[in-house]
Amino acid sequence: MMRLRYLLPLGIFLALAVLFVIGLQRDPRQIPSPLIGKPMPEFQLPTLSAPGENLSDSDLNGQVSVLNVFASWCVGCREEHHVVKALAATGVAPVYGLNYKDKRVDAMQWLGRLGNPYKTVAVDAQGQVGIDWGVYGVPETFIMDRHGVIRYKQIGPMSEKALHDKILPLLRKLKQEGES
Amino acid sequence: MIARLLLVAVLAFGAAWPAFAVENASRYQFDTEQQRERYWDLLSQLRCLVCQNESLADSQADLARDLRQQVYEQMHAGKSNDAIVDYLVDRYGDFVLFRPPVEPGTYLLWFGPALIFLIGLGFGIRILAQRRGTQAQLSEEDRRRAARLLNDEDGEPRQ
Repeated sequence: MMRLRYLLPLGIFLALAVLFVIGLQRDPRQIPSPLIGKPMPEFQLPTLSAPGENLSDSDLNGQVSVLNVFASWCVGCREEHHVVKALAATGVAPVYGLNYKDKRVDAMQWLGRLGNPYKTVAVDAQGQVGIDWGVYGVPETFIMDRHGVIRYKQIGPMSEKALHDKILPLLRKLKQEGES
Repeated sequence: MIARLLLVAVLAFGAAWPAFAVENASRYQFDTEQQRERYWDLLSQLRCLVCQNESLADSQADLARDLRQQVYEQMHAGKSNDAIVDYLVDRYGDFVLFRPPVEPGTYLLWFGPALIFLIGLGFGIRILAQRRGTQAQLSEEDRRRAARLLNDEDGEPRQ
């Protein structure tokens, strides 16, 4: 009994050490979004291809959808672009683009060079819609169910692993959810 | 002398640096000095999400600039500090607050240190109480033995 009491500080130390090791392995840039589980914020923005036309949240509603926030000046976006293309190519869900604080010409050129996987690209030149969506580090990717509720947010570039392990399974699950 | 002047200049510049930190603080115009203070005070309590150890008042990040503009516009529109903070928390979560709210999820954060202090205090008091309880009561025999050990065998103090 006496022995056990002397081991207690060691036990507390080990428990704390484990806690700290776990804490250190978490990415401090991954800030959980308060928007998950909430309806997507309303927006209405001109599209990239036709400035006279608009894309709004109601266009995304009623289907499982993906919104990818990107910019031509963003290195991570370039890095993940082939993954976005792969995602769009599966046809599981439409991928919409939100061109964040970018120049129209630059964005057009960027997509022209790298390929355009987006069903429609909305232009958020001022970043106001970005603020409403809680965007703080492009690229970011949101997944909405068919009721327009945000179910998942990817912060930073999507890796191929994330696409196959997380995003595609979630999209398939969400599609089934609506059918049953 | 020149070196000393230089030092003064460097120190003065260093002290004035925070005032220059924000690209053009003068772009935000206020009717009263109180409003200006309220604005910068509020910003200093909000955390920039990009450079996470900086406040919205200090950060040069693009997003911080946009959010400063947001806060400025909302303040001008007559919104209260609480309403502005709510606006940001709705979008970015409690992370934007340097001072997290007191709620069940943060009880450990807020009260943990006090709890650990109380546990330590409890242990300390217990140990002290135990010591006092076991304070040695010397019998006559013990005293004689102590005297023998402290002195030479013949009872004379050691030199």
